[in-house]
Amino acid sequence: MKIVLKNVDVIHPEEKINLKGVSVLLNNGLISKIGELSSDESKDAREFDFSGNILVPGLYDMHVHLREPGREDEETVISGCNSAASGGFTGVACMPNTEPAIDTAEVVKFIKEQASNHLVDVYPVAAASLGRKGEIISPMAELVEAGAVAFSDDGVAIKTSSVLRRAFEYSSMYNVSIIEHCEDESLAEGAMNEGVNSTLLGLPGVPSVAEDIIVSRDILMAEYTGGRIHIAHISTKNSVNLVREAKKKGIKVTAEVTPHHFTLTDDSLKSYDTNFKMNPPLRTQEDVDAIIKGLKDGTIDCIASDHAPHSIEEKESEFQFAPNGIVGFETTVGLSFSELLKKNKLSIEELIKKLCMNPRKILNLPIPKFDSGELANFTIIDPNLVWTVDISKYKSKSKNSPFDKKLLTGKSVAVINRKKMFHEDQWLDLSTA
Amino acid sequence: MALSSRHLLGLQGVPKEDIQTILDTAHTFREILERPIKKVPTLQGKTIVNLFYESSTRTRISFELAEKRLSADAINFSISGSSVSKGETFKDTVRNIEAMKIDMVVVRHSAAGTPLYLTKICNANVINAGDGTHEHPTQALLDMYSIRQKVGNLEGLKVCILGDISHSRVALSNIFGLKTMGAKVSVCGPSTMIPRDIKNLGVDVIYNIDEAIQENDVLNVLRIQLERKAREYFPSIREYAKYFGITQDRLDKNGKEILILHPGPINRGVELSSEVADGSNQIILYQVTNGVAIRMAVLYLLGTLN
Repeated sequence: MKIVLKNVDVIHPEEKINLKGVSVLLNNGLISKIGELSSDESKDAREFDFSGNILVPGLYDMHVHLREPGREDEETVISGCNSAASGGFTGVACMPNTEPAIDTAEVVKFIKEQASNHLVDVYPVAAASLGRKGEIISPMAELVEAGAVAFSDDGVAIKTSSVLRRAFEYSSMYNVSIIEHCEDESLAEGAMNEGVNSTLLGLPGVPSVAEDIIVSRDILMAEYTGGRIHIAHISTKNSVNLVREAKKKGIKVTAEVTPHHFTLTDDSLKSYDTNFKMNPPLRTQEDVDAIIKGLKDGTIDCIASDHAPHSIEEKESEFQFAPNGIVGFETTVGLSFSELLKKNKLSIEELIKKLCMNPRKILNLPIPKFDSGELANFTIIDPNLVWTVDISKYKSKSKNSPFDKKLLTGKSVAVINRKKMFHEDQWLDLSTA
Repeated sequence: MALSSRHLLGLQGVPKEDIQTILDTAHTFREILERPIKKVPTLQGKTIVNLFYESSTRTRISFELAEKRLSADAINFSISGSSVSKGETFKDTVRNIEAMKIDMVVVRHSAAGTPLYLTKICNANVINAGDGTHEHPTQALLDMYSIRQKVGNLEGLKVCILGDISHSRVALSNIFGLKTMGAKVSVCGPSTMIPRDIKNLGVDVIYNIDEAIQENDVLNVLRIQLERKAREYFPSIREYAKYFGITQDRLDKNGKEILILHPGPINRGVELSSEVADGSNQIILYQVTNGVAIRMAVLYLLGTLN
């Protein structure tokens, strides 16, 4: 199938491409030409008009929970990929806190197999320790060979410094990152950020220092072992400062932030709405300001949704008993564009790097190229589309979001990858005649 | 005369007029409690469910007595632990009870915010009888009523809350209520038991018990939890009693008339010596009696609002 994406602004920050209102010709899902097309070239092609929209390399979400295997009632690889595509992502890295955990080659292969016919590329992050128990490191060589792109005990930090050391040393052989959920468990028996709001609400608090301590530990260990550390969902001012200083020293550290951590503060919890319950918890305005500063100066490399679907039954409960996390795929682009681009915190190029290039670099994955003959891997975004979040329309199986009914500016309108296209709620096979 | 809300979830944000109304109404019921026949027909035909998800003796009995003295039909539902462990969600339990046509719910729960959640899933009037470490409004109201009866005006009065402030719903409700009524509130206790941000609530922090006695007109002494978890916050019971316990010697040394309250149950020899617990400064059992009157007042004011 031949298609033309018309009148679109093509941006590829890495290849220094910035073209206004051009046409993109695809043949069989491969890039044929980007630029002005002759009538001959566009002959018989199905046309899509993307006036006023931008076309960028497919966005990548490096921190998501697809819940399969184990909690298929909340999400499956397929439903998660549908949600990702709907949100504008063509690739995801899924976390290993499934049941069983992703700690064998079989589970890695199982997950990849589920997604094998999907538009979205799925790369599992394997457990750093067996069963995520923090006792013995996982079979990392075998896991990498099966397709794991990083290691993490996400949900918790690697329990002890000795296991962390071995994980760094062993993973270094394959130049793979350890992704850490930074939280000192002994300080973290709480339901929200510790501060004046937790005192007022009578909820047990998780102090910001619980995160900072593990960030410090991990940075020191990365320096000592020469391993690569990636700080997941950074949420505190001090952690941002620690990462900034470590980068200056040349330590191999990278960091991600979720849209909710640069958008919301713990003031949102006053209604005890469990949709605002997440881990790390929403912090204070001071932390949000530090995160935005960290995004601007490059301390924070990327934006990841921490897509965490939960059943209504579990979320509809007393606040302290509700699980942590929110459905993230379908609001990440909208929140990033509304909060960062529209408020002039990041340029479009900087934002695309954080949503596309940097996560792939951290995971050693190739960045989609815009040369002719390459597989088309695109996200097309309307940066000015004002829309209202409606959880009832989510592709995700779960509906737990604090952003329902929120007005956002900027939305993915189409994704193309693996010879498939998702546009206006339709799946198109680009390889057919 | 009517309250501005149809629920009593806490004292944060409750206007002064409402607190005044509750205290004044309680005074009327307090007189009834001294009569030979202590029952009035005020809430006849109303059904009130005491939904206790956490064990409680005195608060539940106090509410139940208040309900019966107002001629309401009182139903007790007690279950320990979370709804999750029981297999039925809290929401389903509440919906089931509500389907039996009830008018008011008195709720105690280990999770903060549950009374507010209850208002979103059922239509009854909700009274918070203690939610986690959040609020316990009727306890603070009966404390304020007792203080007012003993010393007159709450305005300008210096009140210190002593003990484990971090894990106390009584402390938080007292802070909100007393400050609304114009009292000057401080807290005293080991620093591990005082929230880091408590000063943002407009209270002073004192770490020295003698200073707390000297500086204040009223001491509201909280119970120290002796279970394992709470015990991690201070080195030993002996050390707590020595540095934060109220003894007669300590009161005499500071040579000052001070009113002592305690929400009960007392750990004798820990936060209060037996001499003080039975002495002339304390009004502990007076508080208990007033508790019934306060709860009658709250039930009456909310129950006749609809």
